[in-house]
Amino acid sequence: MSVSLNMLGQAIADGLLTGAVISLGAIGISFTMQIMRFANFSHAELLTWGGYLALVGVGFIGAGLPTAGLSFGLGLVAATLLAMLLTGALAWGVDRLVFRRLRRSGAHHLTLVFASFGVGLVLRHVIVLFWGHESRFYTQELQIAIELLPGVRVMPDQVFILALTMIIVLALHLWLKHSRTGIAMRATAESPALATACGIEIDRVIRATWFIGGGLAALSGVFVGLTPQLNAEIGGSLLLALFAAAILGGVGSLPGAVVGGLLVGLAENLMLLWVSPGYKQSMSFGVLILVLLLRPQGLFGERQEGDR
Amino acid sequence: MSSPLLVVDRLVAGYVRGLPIVHGVSVHVAPREVVTIIGPNGAGKSTLLKAIVGLVGVQGGRIMLDGRDITALPTHEVIRCGVGFVPQTNNVFTTLTVAENLRAGAHLLHGQGKALLGQRVERAYALFPVLGDKRHERARTLSGGQRQMLAMARALMTEPLLLVLDEPTAGLSPLLVDEVFTRVRELAAQGVAVLMVEQNAKGALRRSDRAYVLTEGRNRLEGAAAALLVDPEVAAAFLGGYRKAAP
Repeated sequence: MSVSLNMLGQAIADGLLTGAVISLGAIGISFTMQIMRFANFSHAELLTWGGYLALVGVGFIGAGLPTAGLSFGLGLVAATLLAMLLTGALAWGVDRLVFRRLRRSGAHHLTLVFASFGVGLVLRHVIVLFWGHESRFYTQELQIAIELLPGVRVMPDQVFILALTMIIVLALHLWLKHSRTGIAMRATAESPALATACGIEIDRVIRATWFIGGGLAALSGVFVGLTPQLNAEIGGSLLLALFAAAILGGVGSLPGAVVGGLLVGLAENLMLLWVSPGYKQSMSFGVLILVLLLRPQGLFGERQEGDR
Repeated sequence: MSSPLLVVDRLVAGYVRGLPIVHGVSVHVAPREVVTIIGPNGAGKSTLLKAIVGLVGVQGGRIMLDGRDITALPTHEVIRCGVGFVPQTNNVFTTLTVAENLRAGAHLLHGQGKALLGQRVERAYALFPVLGDKRHERARTLSGGQRQMLAMARALMTEPLLLVLDEPTAGLSPLLVDEVFTRVRELAAQGVAVLMVEQNAKGALRRSDRAYVLTEGRNRLEGAAAALLVDPEVAAAFLGGYRKAAP
């Protein structure tokens, strides 16, 4: 099958948008993996929770008047901010209830990984319990696609998502680089023992990590809910892509999670030009295996001294 | 002797409950005093230091700092009470720049104003000029001696009453060993008490006020450093003298 330039352009545009959503979810996975040293398979469900918590907010205050070609207004923005806060609190609460207890009892990191599978199932089924399996929408507004380049169409919502993702990532980067808590987080990521010898309280760093990871996951979930819709499977179906992005970029690296997310999104969408959509998930798997074989520390990951 | 700053009283400590490495060790440090702990490998020297700063579980005994019981405090609280700690290995954040390492060390200065932070950072660069030259470089690019300087500068950011050093000269060239000991004396002159564990017994004893010898997790000898330097048992075991024949 020959691929036209238009189709290629559209696939790249779609890939970047999928990638932005994956990036936001992958940041939390990458940070928890670095700071708490375990792969949290329940993280993907935080996307779903964020999406539904925003839906509850929209139920109360409405999505707001559509502005500037977008399908929503300030109502959804407010609901999303609330959902980010609540999802962060949920992530932290789960840590207090499950993961922290396991850490304190000296559990092996694999025990935490298996526990996270269980937590993920519980989180997902609570959603199903309340909202069932059918799809939900924030608004019923129709959007008119804008033609960025000849044959390459994007929705205004998608442009908004991409731009907001970039702004948030940049802000987070500056915060990690310069703020007191940001430096404490990076110090703890490298060596918790040395960080605590600096007077840094590890529990606070862990709390900040969950709030950041949970908040960004919620934002990612809302973006999925906007383009195209919300259902109980949105997080679960992105799980592999999130891990592929975090590991491709390098565990613990913010630019890594972002670039990893964009590359996985691009890879998935470009593959669709040649291969049936049924194989979409296998792309993440393929990326994951290749990275682990060729560059286990990821693109931006640093091998810490003392690592073997 | 002035009233002690640090009093470690019959401390029992170890990584596993019921299997202590330190068996009832007592140590004290007065303000402005430099105290060295020497002893063979496995004597529990490092474990003792880690127990003092709360990195190893205390199973018995008591630790008092400046009249306050710090025995059961978590490490970040011990640091807040006025202790600076430099571990033997992995004592700088290699992924952070030199300046960021100092910021991490100044974590507890929060709320005391940006001016104070800047002042402490500048003082660190004045004390260790090489750090100023490399302030924007990652700590992983530093040499062993520079890392030791950074680790000490980092621990001094909070102006601790007591600086705890775990083998500060390990792996350094003789010239740098001398520099580290000179720095330690300077710090004491400025009012910081120093408690350090050292393998380089001769060099450390020459620069210390008092010293303890630990063996198998217990107090073996203690006294003025000058006296221990000429003690036949110490000389035989640690200062390169003749070893006594086995009894």
